[in-house]
Amino acid sequence: MTDVRTRWRDFRHGVSQRWDRLPKASRIGIILVFVVFLYALPNKGFYEYLGLPVGEYIPLYTTRNDMATVLFQCGYYILLALGLNIVVGYAGLLDLGFFGFFAVGAYTVATLTSPQSKIFTEYNWLESPWPWLAALPLAIALSFAAGVILGFPVLRLRGDYLAIVTLGFAEMIRIVAQQNDWIFNGDRGIPNIGRPPGTNSDGSAIFQFDAKPYYWLILTVIIGMVFLIRNLVRSRVGRAWIAIREDEDAAELMGVPTYKFKIWAFAMGAGIGGFSGALWAGQIGFVNASTFKLEQSILVLAAVLLGGAGNIFGAILGGFLVIYVPEWLRSVGDVFGLPEQVRIAGEPYDISATNLRYLFFGIILIVVMIFRPQGLWANRRRAAELKDREKEAMVGA
Amino acid sequence: MQFNDLINGFPVLTVTGLTQGAIYALIALGYTLVYGVLRLINFAHSDVFMIGTFGAIWTWSAFGFDANSPRPSVGEALGLIALAIVVAALLCGFFAMLVEVTAYRPLRARNAPPLAFLITAIGASFVLSEGMGAFTNRRQFGVPAMLPTEPVVSLGGWSLTPLQISTLAVAVIAMVALDWFVQRTRFGRGIRAVAQDSNTAALMGVNKNRVILLVFLIGGLMAGVAAVMSDMKAASTRFNVGFLIGLKAFAAAVLGGIGNLRGAALGGILLGLVENYGSAVFGTNFRDFIGFLVLILLLMFRPTGLLGESLGRARA
Amino acid sequence: MDGERASALRQIFVRAIGGVALAALVMGGAAACKQDEGGSGSDTAGAKVCDLKIGFFGALSGADAGLVTPGQQAAKMAINQYNAEHADCKVSLQEYDSQGKPELAGGLATSAVNDAKVVGMVGPAFSGESETANPTFQQAGLPVISQSATRPSLSEQGWKIFHRGVGNDFSQGPAAAAYIKGLNPAKVFVVDDQSAYGAGLADEVKKALGPLVTASDKATDNQQDFSAIVTKVTGSGATALFYGGYTEEASPFLKQLRAGGYKGTFVGGDGIYDANMLSVTGNADVEGAVATCPCAPATEAKGTFVADFQKEYNAAPGVYADVAYDLTKIFLEAIGEGKSTRADIQAFLTSYSKAGAATGVTYKWTDKGELDPAQVRVWAYVAKNGQWAPDKEIPKA
Repeated sequence: MTDVRTRWRDFRHGVSQRWDRLPKASRIGIILVFVVFLYALPNKGFYEYLGLPVGEYIPLYTTRNDMATVLFQCGYYILLALGLNIVVGYAGLLDLGFFGFFAVGAYTVATLTSPQSKIFTEYNWLESPWPWLAALPLAIALSFAAGVILGFPVLRLRGDYLAIVTLGFAEMIRIVAQQNDWIFNGDRGIPNIGRPPGTNSDGSAIFQFDAKPYYWLILTVIIGMVFLIRNLVRSRVGRAWIAIREDEDAAELMGVPTYKFKIWAFAMGAGIGGFSGALWAGQIGFVNASTFKLEQSILVLAAVLLGGAGNIFGAILGGFLVIYVPEWLRSVGDVFGLPEQVRIAGEPYDISATNLRYLFFGIILIVVMIFRPQGLWANRRRAAELKDREKEAMVGA
Repeated sequence: MQFNDLINGFPVLTVTGLTQGAIYALIALGYTLVYGVLRLINFAHSDVFMIGTFGAIWTWSAFGFDANSPRPSVGEALGLIALAIVVAALLCGFFAMLVEVTAYRPLRARNAPPLAFLITAIGASFVLSEGMGAFTNRRQFGVPAMLPTEPVVSLGGWSLTPLQISTLAVAVIAMVALDWFVQRTRFGRGIRAVAQDSNTAALMGVNKNRVILLVFLIGGLMAGVAAVMSDMKAASTRFNVGFLIGLKAFAAAVLGGIGNLRGAALGGILLGLVENYGSAVFGTNFRDFIGFLVLILLLMFRPTGLLGESLGRARA
Repeated sequence: MDGERASALRQIFVRAIGGVALAALVMGGAAACKQDEGGSGSDTAGAKVCDLKIGFFGALSGADAGLVTPGQQAAKMAINQYNAEHADCKVSLQEYDSQGKPELAGGLATSAVNDAKVVGMVGPAFSGESETANPTFQQAGLPVISQSATRPSLSEQGWKIFHRGVGNDFSQGPAAAAYIKGLNPAKVFVVDDQSAYGAGLADEVKKALGPLVTASDKATDNQQDFSAIVTKVTGSGATALFYGGYTEEASPFLKQLRAGGYKGTFVGGDGIYDANMLSVTGNADVEGAVATCPCAPATEAKGTFVADFQKEYNAAPGVYADVAYDLTKIFLEAIGEGKSTRADIQAFLTSYSKAGAATGVTYKWTDKGELDPAQVRVWAYVAKNGQWAPDKEIPKA
């Protein structure tokens, strides 16, 4: 056991060293190749070309759900995780209600672009629905503003109090959306939401029911966001956030205006969450209140921490895994030909992978955290800190 | 807004709010104890409670009582309830300790960061609720009728049913016993010591892991008691009943000052009342909204809850 | 790590990266040209096509699964019965677990239409997911019959493939109101669960009852404690109560109402017309409760359905199980007659007109996919001695 772990550690260490030693050009080349690979991922042709039989045994392709849609879902979760990573990973603020900002973005797009939204059918506030592209900046701006407005009162709280308050706010947003007779139309929702613009050469719209263009769109957005966040974190702002995370009082004493930077982190994260919501609303075409349950906020947080808080690529990995693994687990039963039902004492039990996948997912979460408490792909600095802590634990025990 | 409903129904709303509040308080104790000792939000606690609701139903069905059975005599009912409390409490205690041993202790051994515990807590919560969902085929189970529903005490508009009396009585007994245990016994001293400063306590010869296990056990026992009372009040259970009530109980713990036992009790009662009054005035669709609004407003003015955090010490 | 091994490793590493790079580039090109094959159905006219699939779309896991899994079990049972008779040419049930979430439904729909073997679909079970899944089914011409999506607007979207196996809210709401009027109550209290189904139904009831409704309130999903509503109901002096929603909340609500001293009649829609409402609530409290349902009372055939289901699953059939059973049978009948393409089955449905074995409803659809209004007969059932006893057919207003 230990042997395997040390060997794995050596291997990982070796890979990362080799990566650092590679010339810059090759590093960029490899990254580009990887990006191309990502763009090719949802195409069935890609797997047939590799000679992997689709539908029988495919390690990657989800046989029980459309691959492109699963990837798109991963995409909007990755965006959410990137946003939350700023709040939790960099600034160290525990936010349990992050999905509320996603809701703000999604509902902004939905109410403005759907001809069936109550703005047009009941209140007559506007003449005609906006195009999706026009609603997008407003959605981002509004969720950013929501972050600032929420941040002012709550960021004076610390730690777990902040967690429950943010959770409460997300629930309050959902309850407002849940009201059938209010603008968001509750569980009945808002259908026919506007889609992103663009037409193919034959005049048909690019963004229709096929999820692939949406996946490519969101992949592009994620890549852009990675550059943006990376530069932000390496700037004065990012250093301030990390200082706050490490020791808020010390940061304050050193002249970092902690309150201001905390609000910045909160609002930046909220803006990205709203962006994700706007993209999602454009793809799904229908928004109702039942989407914005609290479980979603918790899942985003799980994504950030599973991947490794404080690291952009960790957040991406986590966002990918929390959606992809349960979806992939659906097809596991097909792959191994497991039975779907057993009878114990005359009572039938559904043991299909579909039914049990969140059970397995829970076990995976526990096991991963026990073996890699800092997350799968941790920030190097944090990993080092943790190694110290681990040593302390050895001494302490 | 319907203030009439509040005024006319005030006595009944108060009594039912107190009863629900007592259930919140019992669950909140589990959150607050674990938080006080480990600084950890034990998300899996709500699902430990859910297992207790099934424990009670299984106990009763072992004696041949299901939703269709006629109401047993009062003496018989009290016996069955007591038995269900014992079974549910032990079951919850066992699962709470299981969560600690499998999901938290290994992380503590490696001195993992606090947020890692949050994820294993979420994972444990998934495992418990989904496991129970698979085990019960996600079916809803009815609770057999136990106590008569006619009020036994009434005075003006105020009246108490046997269920309300027994819920309040059981909750008070459990909380007084817990308070005595934590304040007066040797084990309680250990808990307080670990809550105050776990390393120093360890140096003084307190077995930290054993104390933590004890804390989970006590939290589980309380959740089991709450589960039986909640079963009889709500009259049905499913694998997913834990989430919402757990959330409320957690909010109650924060309201009272997380880490503070008396705070949890106060917070639970207060939340139960506020929710009931709020539902009467604004409609039940705003019940949770009002609960959270009160919580948030309160935290704005008293950032560490009503009574402050003080299982071990008073923190500013 | 010694130098020799390291350099060998490096060589392998570089080669692997190069290989992946090349492969990915080629694949990117190949994949871009290659389209996924759409599912237009196999066109082997005349010859009998075997191994066809009937889809079942709805929440098979997650919080709302209780409303859908009985239907899935019934559909499975229908298919097993069919396969027992047609051992040489079997049909299978392909499940699409949306968890009841509109945001997951789109991808599953794409996945279903891409599987050419899927020629018919039972579901989507809820109205919300119908909004996001049906556009995709419409595009691919895959006929769907929903067992429980009752939102009236679903048939107004121009989806040719859409069929509803039950009456919509407009048919049931006024009938329930007429029944309540027949009880001559002084005051009526209306409660709904804020779901699209429950609120839609309750709104229709309120509209039809007019000033008789003196007060109303809303429950929430998964609510356990109804004490505030109970207080309002008993305080209002209402002698009849309509609940728009499902058994999951209706059962504890009814029990708490009785415990709180409410003596009036409890009336619900087809969401409570299931065996669980009886068994979970218990005979003593459920006695006298009324469920309206756009379905005719038990026929002899229905007798065997209930017994078969009981035998198969060791439980009474839950909500919509009978409808799903009949709908699956309709698809099986089409396949049995040699219809093997989506278009054929769509045509088969258009001209279909027969009574279902389990529900007794005559399935005949209008061009919009609604059940023929002449066929929608709403009956009231009263809980008596642990059974839903047919009370009377409610005359059309």
